[in-house]
Amino acid sequence: MPEGDISLRSHPGLTADTTDDVLEFRPSGSWVSRNVAELENLTESANTKLGRAMTVKLDLGAVSEIDTVGAWLIEKLGRRAASGGRRVEMVGVAENYSGLVEEVRQVNRREISPVPRQNPIVVKLTEMGRSSLGAAQDVTVFLDMLAALFFALARTLRRPRSLRVTSLVYQMYRIGWQAIPIVVLITFLIGAIIAQQGIFHFRRFGAESYVVDMVGILVLRELGVLIVAIMVAGRSGSAYTAEIGSMKMREEIDALVTMGLDPVEVLILPRIVALILTLPILAFVGSMAALYGGGLVAQLYGGMGPPIFIARLREAISVTHFEVGMLKAPFMALVIGIVACSEGLRVKGSAESLGQQTTTSVVKSIFLVIVLDGLFAVFFASIGM
Amino acid sequence: MDERGLSSAIRVTDLVVGFGRQIVLNELSLEVRRGEILGLVGASGGGKSVLMRTIIGLIPRRSGTIEVMGTPLGGADERTTQAVATRWGILFQQGALFSSLTVKQNVQFPLRENLQMSQVLMDEVATAKLEMVGLRAEDGDKFPAELSGGMTKRAALARALALDPSIVFLDEPTSGLDPISAGDFDALIKTLQQTLGLTVFMVTHDLASLNTVCDRVAALADGKIVAIGPMRDLLRSEHPWVKAYFHGKRSQMLQPKES
Repeated sequence: MPEGDISLRSHPGLTADTTDDVLEFRPSGSWVSRNVAELENLTESANTKLGRAMTVKLDLGAVSEIDTVGAWLIEKLGRRAASGGRRVEMVGVAENYSGLVEEVRQVNRREISPVPRQNPIVVKLTEMGRSSLGAAQDVTVFLDMLAALFFALARTLRRPRSLRVTSLVYQMYRIGWQAIPIVVLITFLIGAIIAQQGIFHFRRFGAESYVVDMVGILVLRELGVLIVAIMVAGRSGSAYTAEIGSMKMREEIDALVTMGLDPVEVLILPRIVALILTLPILAFVGSMAALYGGGLVAQLYGGMGPPIFIARLREAISVTHFEVGMLKAPFMALVIGIVACSEGLRVKGSAESLGQQTTTSVVKSIFLVIVLDGLFAVFFASIGM
Repeated sequence: MDERGLSSAIRVTDLVVGFGRQIVLNELSLEVRRGEILGLVGASGGGKSVLMRTIIGLIPRRSGTIEVMGTPLGGADERTTQAVATRWGILFQQGALFSSLTVKQNVQFPLRENLQMSQVLMDEVATAKLEMVGLRAEDGDKFPAELSGGMTKRAALARALALDPSIVFLDEPTSGLDPISAGDFDALIKTLQQTLGLTVFMVTHDLASLNTVCDRVAALADGKIVAIGPMRDLLRSEHPWVKAYFHGKRSQMLQPKES
């Protein structure tokens, strides 16, 4: 800092002199925001000196610099004095600061009605009511989106040329093709782990060969599709929510509507159709990778060669198991897509809301995928598949 | 204010800024005097915003010096730069209010980060700032998404003024406002500049603001300041771009009435 600034950085002070009924405050030095802690202390202790003085004089002659914070603190002291029925006068305001001091005298004049404090029990009950209403609302939002999607699909089927093929292919590339490496890696590891655990525990009964039954049925019926659906919900569902949400934030969705286009048809239908078409493929690829992982462990850890593994597998599983797994995939894709897109449309203006909606989308779609899987298990058991 | 010190608030000398092969600012020099409102005009994409963002340190420069309130910027000493940063406030074109904080929290944010003050005082100061820019205390509890365009600009200005800066940078403050709101905002800038003793650096295309509030106008063309001075001097400038800018169809209202 240059030399000249030292005088400006002088310490703030506040002296109080009483003569008869007149109390005179003399602030001095720098009344600026960087000294705010000191200034608050000074004015706080000055408040206690008000006593029985009838007139309070504020002499700002010794103030070397002042800003909004300093001016407000002096003004607040003045107002505190005036509220006790005292006469307050302010003198010695330097000309270059008079505008600021005058301005500050006008602010904070209006009483802000305090927010009434609520009974904590009522608040809690309101919260509970809101969240259960919210759950009901979630169902409505889901059904709304399903219906909108159905109508958009019906319109598109009537005029097949209106299907956005470029968008559809691009989405399939993004959520399908680009996801294959990670899907293969994870399902391969899951298959290997199941086989290893199976061999380890079945060995005690001498029932090692049944590991093939376990891996085959588990992977084809349940795990293959479930793991892949969860991964797609985390990987592509979140992306859908964030994309549609930020489009909503930047009024791109409104722009579409004003051009006479239906955002469901333009943005959401291609995305969900892409999910429905790709998830079964991913689930198939994932199941194969898991079986491969299981077979590899069976050979390395259980000493069961590939010909035996494949022969056992053919005996253990039937096409039904495979069908059960594959049938579930498109429904899971539909649920993931609808949740992701409708959460995206619920994004409001702030960055925080985008994050929150994306989280909700992933959590909700994973939850629904698992619930759906349970319902399918009951259903297939009752029809004997 | 320190009258013995330098009379310039910002001094830019031989500034060169470029991206890749393209040179945007070519040995540009500019001086902003203390306590004035300087308007900067230039073609769209001509480097006005680049100049402003270079001064405030968001864009690196290739060569040249920038002094703000007598302190050279951009040296190795990060702390000097930070100390200077508390002496300026910036109003971004879109407001750049933090969307997850309320308006009041937005105004309090610089106070909370830079100063140690009680919550009560911080509330009072924030309300004071909001009232000074013409908002109501109740507006402080709104979120930025709930504000109209004019209110967003005002709230952003309140945040820019939170630390009582000496210099305020305004990036197209009246863009997107109707003529009445724009006029009100101009008047507000003038009033605040006078009461708070601000230096204002304003990038604008609004011919009315240039005419009514700016003490001096600088014209940026071909990466240099080609003309600078009070509005009437610029109207007489012979530089082809400046002539086209101020004597085009849209600038008719600025011309002295003939007949």
